[in-house]
Amino acid sequence: MDLNILWFVLIAVLFTGFFFLEGFDYGVGMLMPFLSEQDRERSQILRTIAPVWDGNEVWMITAGGALFAAFPHVYATMFSAFYLALFLMLTALILRGAAFELRGRTENPRWRRVWDGAICFGSAVPAFLWGVAVTGLFSGLPIDGQMIFRGTFFTLLTPYTVIGGLTFLLIFLFHGAAFLTQRLAGQGLILKVRQAAIRAGSWAVPAFIFCFLLTLTDTDLLQKPAAIVLLSAAGLFFAAGLLLLYRSVFRTAFICSSLSIVCTTAAFFAGLFPRLMISTLNPDWSLTIYNAASTPYTLSIMTIAALCLVPCILLYQGWTYWIFRQRVSARDTEAQEDY
Amino acid sequence: MEPLLLSRWQFAITTTYHFLFVPITLGLSIFLALLETCYVRTCKPRWKAVSRRLIRFFGTLFLINFAMGVVTGIVQEFHFGMNWSEYSRFMGDIFGAPLAMEALTAFFLESTFLGIWVFGWDRLSEKLHCACIWIVAIGSNLSAFWILVANSFMQHPVGFAVQDGRAVMTDFLALITNHYVVGEYSHTLFSGIATAGFVILAASAWKILHDEASRYAFTQTLKAGALFTMIGLAGVMGSGHLHAQYLAEANPMKLSSMEALWETADPAPFAIVADINEEKSRNDAELAVPGVFSFMLYNKPSGEVKGINQLQQEYQKIYGPGDYRPDVRGLFWSFRIMIAAGALMMLITIAAGALAFLGRPLACPWLLRILPFLLPLPFIANSVGWYIAEAGRQPWIVVGLQRTAEAVSPNLTAGEVWLTMIGFTVLYLVLAAIALYIALRYIRQTTVADEGRNV
Repeated sequence: MDLNILWFVLIAVLFTGFFFLEGFDYGVGMLMPFLSEQDRERSQILRTIAPVWDGNEVWMITAGGALFAAFPHVYATMFSAFYLALFLMLTALILRGAAFELRGRTENPRWRRVWDGAICFGSAVPAFLWGVAVTGLFSGLPIDGQMIFRGTFFTLLTPYTVIGGLTFLLIFLFHGAAFLTQRLAGQGLILKVRQAAIRAGSWAVPAFIFCFLLTLTDTDLLQKPAAIVLLSAAGLFFAAGLLLLYRSVFRTAFICSSLSIVCTTAAFFAGLFPRLMISTLNPDWSLTIYNAASTPYTLSIMTIAALCLVPCILLYQGWTYWIFRQRVSARDTEAQEDY
Repeated sequence: MEPLLLSRWQFAITTTYHFLFVPITLGLSIFLALLETCYVRTCKPRWKAVSRRLIRFFGTLFLINFAMGVVTGIVQEFHFGMNWSEYSRFMGDIFGAPLAMEALTAFFLESTFLGIWVFGWDRLSEKLHCACIWIVAIGSNLSAFWILVANSFMQHPVGFAVQDGRAVMTDFLALITNHYVVGEYSHTLFSGIATAGFVILAASAWKILHDEASRYAFTQTLKAGALFTMIGLAGVMGSGHLHAQYLAEANPMKLSSMEALWETADPAPFAIVADINEEKSRNDAELAVPGVFSFMLYNKPSGEVKGINQLQQEYQKIYGPGDYRPDVRGLFWSFRIMIAAGALMMLITIAAGALAFLGRPLACPWLLRILPFLLPLPFIANSVGWYIAEAGRQPWIVVGLQRTAEAVSPNLTAGEVWLTMIGFTVLYLVLAAIALYIALRYIRQTTVADEGRNV
């Protein structure tokens, strides 16, 4: 296996980690205002991700950094092509990050409501936009021979990518709800979460199928058997998760929703390989793991670093979840003396 | 305006804003780690209780600041690809690596362990908990190192070759041991310590004056803050001095522009103030001390320093026709503002520290009263310092290799960049105001009581 392929896999791993972890963070953020009107319950819901959301977001930053280091042309073309979309996403992420910090700093109910709204907005916008971006990558972009994007913001917005965005958003909603069933202590709240999950999930299934069919007709992604198998598996896992959640088998439901996200991400990368960005102007102008890559020297340095560090990161992030494994109850949010 | 100029403005706004928070994170994380070490190790019950509350007090300020730094940090990382795609293409092989290393070695570390630190008080042993804040401090300062490795390459490229129209890395070790990064990193680290120390001083001064119940606790932090600021300022001056000496060989154009030295001189004078005429490439008037500039650079009263005009001619020979002079007036005055701000901080810190260590913090109340109003000083110094570093390398984005004008994303329209620039700026201003309000409100309303008084 050459280093270019290894880095393709590593980037896939980073995006998988990002969608899996931030998937439930975004889901929790979006669900929170709709699950409860009471501030106490909202605080509990947020408390489930409070110690970990920032660490989870680093997966996205690292995926971006790794893309820069390993495939700088992809980083350059993609980020400048998605200029306004990324502006919206950054605005949302800024608001969300600030909201997590500022929300609890006063007791004023109106203050808290405003920041609750910011958390919801700041979670929904990136969830949607990542779906738009990913499906936009499948259908290809007008990239010229110099690897420069020759479209506008609206090139990116097609019916297919909007469906893709909605599918991502709904899947993350379900994933977040499934996560909450594992993290909350109060039975009343869990029942509400279950209802929300069923509602989001039953919208997600048709969206997923629709998106699947469009991917089949509009892109060449599913010409690869591996991609078709993985994406079908993702659909099945999701359906199983929904069914299990309906029967209140929560833990397995969460595992299923996690696996469906992992399989979906794996399917993207399997379908794209060896390309990273597809040019609609000329297939030869597509950015691949070879024409967009850094030199073997840089790739080998980064390989050593990544292979040493990623396992450590997984270990200590895993440790965090172990420390905070107890379900969040009312007591946790009242004891703000904590820190 | 064109996308190029707008993108430069946007980057400058984001960086300056980001760097309001970064130095506090760098310094205050170390301060908190030291404070918690005291808390863990002390045998005095009175101090144990007080230091625990002080950790909470400064920890809260740290968290508000950290959150603002994190959210603007993401924008920084995305800007390179969004606005400077041709830079990213040209430099990706070199620049991407330290950025990815920063994420892998530092961002994960600081954000994960900060989460544990904040919510883990009753779930970890005291020592393990204290280790967490040390890891946060190490992570934050490590991240500063990596990003400055990347910046240092732009100022002074090393360990590279140019192949097929892009710069490629040939020696990673040379990249991270770049002499430039030694000066830049130490200067940044110490300025972080000085900035955080000054924040501690300002908060402590206000609390000593206005909150009697908290007086004991904040007299302690007035001492600690004064010590911390002094260490920071001494380090800033030392590293700045050595770095300027190094600039004489690494980037003489930047150095001579900081001093508005147009013609080569031996010994070179130091202009205290000057009326700079950039069109005619000379100073219309100046108040200069002879020989001092040479002395600063070579530790002796003689030695040649190249002037801007001679360097301009040299560069034209090497790089072809063009204007290789940075914004001389801006650099000259930025440098003086930075020095003045640092000197004023030092005077105030010595005075406040003396009062605190003599055990009579209230002997001179006006000093405590003005201290909070002088809080902008370190932030001004940091901002103009970065102006010198970044404007000083213009017209280059990577000195000698790529011009700023060649680096901007070719697909952007002015309208798009206007929109994002205004959008980000408004958001930054609103959030800065809110964060400042919350921080001040917290300082005002929180009492760090000392029950030991009554025992």
